[in-house]
This record gives sequence, C-alpha cells and structure tokens, in this order.
Amino acid sequence: MKAAVLQFPGSNCDRDMAVALEQAGADVTVVWHKDAELPKVDLVAVPGGFSFGDYLRCGAIAAQSPVCKGLIDHVHAGGYALGVCNGFQVLTETRLLPGALMRNAGLKFVCKSVGLKVETTDSAFTSAYTQGQIIDIPVAHHDGNYFCDDETLARLQGEGQIAFTYTDNPNGARADIAGVLSDNRRVLGMMPHPERAVDADHGGTDGQALFRSLLDQLVSA
Amino acid sequence: MKARVHVMLKNGVLDPQGEAVRHALGAIGFDGVEGVRQGKVIELDLAEGTSEETVKEMCEKLLANTVIESYTVELS
Repeated sequence: MKAAVLQFPGSNCDRDMAVALEQAGADVTVVWHKDAELPKVDLVAVPGGFSFGDYLRCGAIAAQSPVCKGLIDHVHAGGYALGVCNGFQVLTETRLLPGALMRNAGLKFVCKSVGLKVETTDSAFTSAYTQGQIIDIPVAHHDGNYFCDDETLARLQGEGQIAFTYTDNPNGARADIAGVLSDNRRVLGMMPHPERAVDADHGGTDGQALFRSLLDQLVSA
Repeated sequence: MKARVHVMLKNGVLDPQGEAVRHALGAIGFDGVEGVRQGKVIELDLAEGTSEETVKEMCEKLLANTVIESYTVELS
C-alpha cells in the first residue's frame, strides 16, 4: 500500500502517522501543504496537530490549502483517506465528512486515554477489529465535540457510518461519536489517535489493528 | 470600503463558551442573565466596489462553517 501523509505548518503528528503506517508495511511519502499534486497513493492521511495555529476555526485554513485540492480529487476518484484529530477537523472543513467539531463541552483541553467501542467492522479501517470491541486510544484535543444535525445523525446511524463511539464521552460529542465514515466508507475521521497506540512502550497497541486493516484491505484491493 | 462580518453559532447548536460566560456573570453577581451566545466579528478592508455577493462567497467558503455557524454581512 502506498500512503501520503500531509504536512501543514503546525502539524505535529505527521511523523507518528508515517511511523505507524510504515510499521504496518506501507510505503509512505510526506507531502507539504503547498504541493497541489499528490503522488499516486492508495491512502491519504491527514495528521493531528494545530494546522495554521487553529486560526479562524480548527482545520479551516488547511482545508483551503493547495494539497487539500489534491486530497478532494483523490477522494472523489474513490481514494481512501484517514483524518485524525486536526485531520478529522480538516476533513469536515473540506466537507469530505459530514458534521463539524466544536469546542469541548467542558471547555478544557482533554489529554488522556479513552475507551472506544468499535461500532462497525465494515470498513477498510476497522475490519481487523471485532464488532463491539472496546479499545483504548489516546485523545488530545480542545475541539473534539462532534456536532451534526438530526437528519445527518439519523443517516450516520442508519447507514452504519459511525466507526467509533466513546465509552465515556470526554468532550460532549453528539451520540458519543468519536469517528465517522463517509458515504462510500472510504474516508474515516476520528478524534482519538490510533497512531499513538501502536507501540507497547508507549502505553498500548490497540491502534495497530486500524493500520493492519488498511494494509490487509488495500494490498488485496 | 469596509465590511463587517458577524459569525454566530446557529440557534440550536450548544455554545459551551457562551454558557461559561453566563455562569461567570452569575458568579460575579449579575442576576438575570438567561443566555449568552458568543460569536466573532471579522472586519475586512476591501477594494472599492466589492459586492456583497463576493463577501458572502468569502463567508461560505472560509469565514463561516455553515454546518454550525450563521453569518451576517454589513457593508460600510
């Protein structure tokens, strides 16, 4: 599998994302935000951090960058994309995923490991988990409070597009949503950081299965 | 010419910052504050003749996230 990791001024999980993908066996290229053309890849990963200082709204300015035009083309052509934390915010700001991420209901930055329930294994990101499995993944965000309107929520629930929910909601997210899939199930955005849970020395390996899922699915595809 | 854009969370979208301000006002003794909504004001210096439509386009594309926010434009 070939993967591109996007890099914006203020990204800080780009290297972790690249390492997690490489450990799973992917061939990774890091792409600077000013590059309008993405290399030909199976997966584009949008990493966490504070792109453009979170000015205006988290992810809003990154979503207008040249590389995101390439990202949008990649997704519209049926490509896969993963956005984590600030990357999830970028994916909602580009409207590649529904909803928006608002300030945490408790107003505080939340940085801890949280329990997630795997709500669907029917995606290239979650197939190596089991349905209903509870996993531990770290969160670190100030604006992770997922919001969508009633109609969108009903659609996400009806179509099984909710990938992960929090077992103990840390940020006020609607319906405990921690991660959502696009209509075609090829784009996943999530606030928790699976790339920070791939090494036993870092406190857990529950994120490995996400990268393993991708490698299994996209190598055979 | 100038334009002033007001961006507010839409009605029905919980505003955690506004709520915190409401609590703080109560805590320092201001009774009867029943609701606070916090938004932002963006002032733009524009070339003469820039149309309201162009400013609205700026709002739709960047200045507001219309999933959660509404905006109004004042030209002067």
